[in-house]
Amino acid sequence: MGTFGFLKKKSEDSAENHNGDRGFLVFENTSEVIQAENLLKKKGWEIRVMGPPPEIRTGCDLVIEFPLIEELKITKTLQEAGIPPLQTVPVSSPLLKPVDLFQIKDFGKYLMVQAANMKLTVDKESLTIVNISGGGCPDVPYLAEQMVGKVLSQAPSPLEIGHTLCGYALQLAYEEMKRRCLQS
Amino acid sequence: MLAVVGTVPDPKFPLLGGKVTLEDGDICIQGRRAAIRRGTPALLAAAVKVVEALGREEPFGYLIGDVGSGDGSQKLYQYLVRDLRQKNFHTIVFHYLQPHIGWHSRIQSAIEKLTPKPILIADAGFMYVAKMSGRSSAYDLFTPDMGELAFLADELAPHPFYTRGFLLHEENRAPDLIARAYQHGNAARYLLVKGRKDYFADRDGVQAIIDHPMEEALEAIGGTGDTLTGIIAALISSGIELPQAAILSARVNRLAGSYAHPSPGTQVSEIIPHIPKALEDILKERRELLQ
Repeated sequence: MGTFGFLKKKSEDSAENHNGDRGFLVFENTSEVIQAENLLKKKGWEIRVMGPPPEIRTGCDLVIEFPLIEELKITKTLQEAGIPPLQTVPVSSPLLKPVDLFQIKDFGKYLMVQAANMKLTVDKESLTIVNISGGGCPDVPYLAEQMVGKVLSQAPSPLEIGHTLCGYALQLAYEEMKRRCLQS
Repeated sequence: MLAVVGTVPDPKFPLLGGKVTLEDGDICIQGRRAAIRRGTPALLAAAVKVVEALGREEPFGYLIGDVGSGDGSQKLYQYLVRDLRQKNFHTIVFHYLQPHIGWHSRIQSAIEKLTPKPILIADAGFMYVAKMSGRSSAYDLFTPDMGELAFLADELAPHPFYTRGFLLHEENRAPDLIARAYQHGNAARYLLVKGRKDYFADRDGVQAIIDHPMEEALEAIGGTGDTLTGIIAALISSGIELPQAAILSARVNRLAGSYAHPSPGTQVSEIIPHIPKALEDILKERRELLQ
């Protein structure tokens, strides 16, 4: 499953958890969330990146929703990796679900994919990323500098070098673009 | 004077405050240069082009390097809280900054003490945190694109990343989304919505639609929203009333884009040099209409 497997339809119905069997992990910043997500998914845990509840929201936040019964093992794994969570909290109300809609615009020679506020445009023949627009967090101009002008398959992934929710939204557009352009 | 607060995508770029000029295609502040690709440098470059054309003072920039960790933004917030008290800006634009509710509150408290109160424009990350903090009404202008308008219209979303799907649809719903943003108190006094068509709106609804010239490619070009914000900020700080400046800036930005004969692969640095000619042409047309 790709990095954004959590967006697949099958998981949508369980977006709101009322069973008390899920918890969420809170981290210092979004970069740590992204590292923890990669690590826990590699280890096979069923986790999802979600939006935090208002009482712990500070700005550009994500949390990781996880099976509460696995708390000890998961926190130990994260501690060993040097990314211990700040808090683990049982889910008591629905967490916000990341955007899961893409808007596609075909310019003929170019294709644009939009996810939330981020747009990625590729030259359909050369598969070169020609533009990145939208977004408001400070990693967006940096991501654009690193990705524009590179071929889709060789460009760095926003998840690897990004830090914020805009970077995460760009990752969604990037994954969708790769799905459309590289898997045909 | 116009002040622009934002970031540069270079972690080594120091915290600098000073007048901003253009030098060989870069912005220049306190002897330090930054390339104009998108983001705050593109906003500042557009603003400089406008003030140069109008014979006004250069904008004052508050800039720092930040590639998304938020460290630079935090240092800049800390500096601003002290420095704003000593300055007297006519208009302040807050741009690509890491959204942080606590720092937003401190900046707002510092601004509330200023007399006269500057005209406040928020775009990009600072618009997100203004809405997230429930303080949108403290601003005179937000400049969202269509995706960000859907976020403003979603009373539950703290960031565009969480905008609910039913709000993320076609552009022809812009008037509904604008109404919804005002209904929930998540819009500034005015909105200038950037898109295939640009919408200028206030609490009473859409006041103007600017859709000429129509260049479909502009939507894909990173930085064209930043230039629009730079143009309107420069016009407002030059003394033009906000509603009039909004319509002028949308027209100038579109015309400059059109003069560049854009494709979706065009870079915003190819459009910015056309801003003075576009401004001159629009102002000339306006003068002729008034005669």
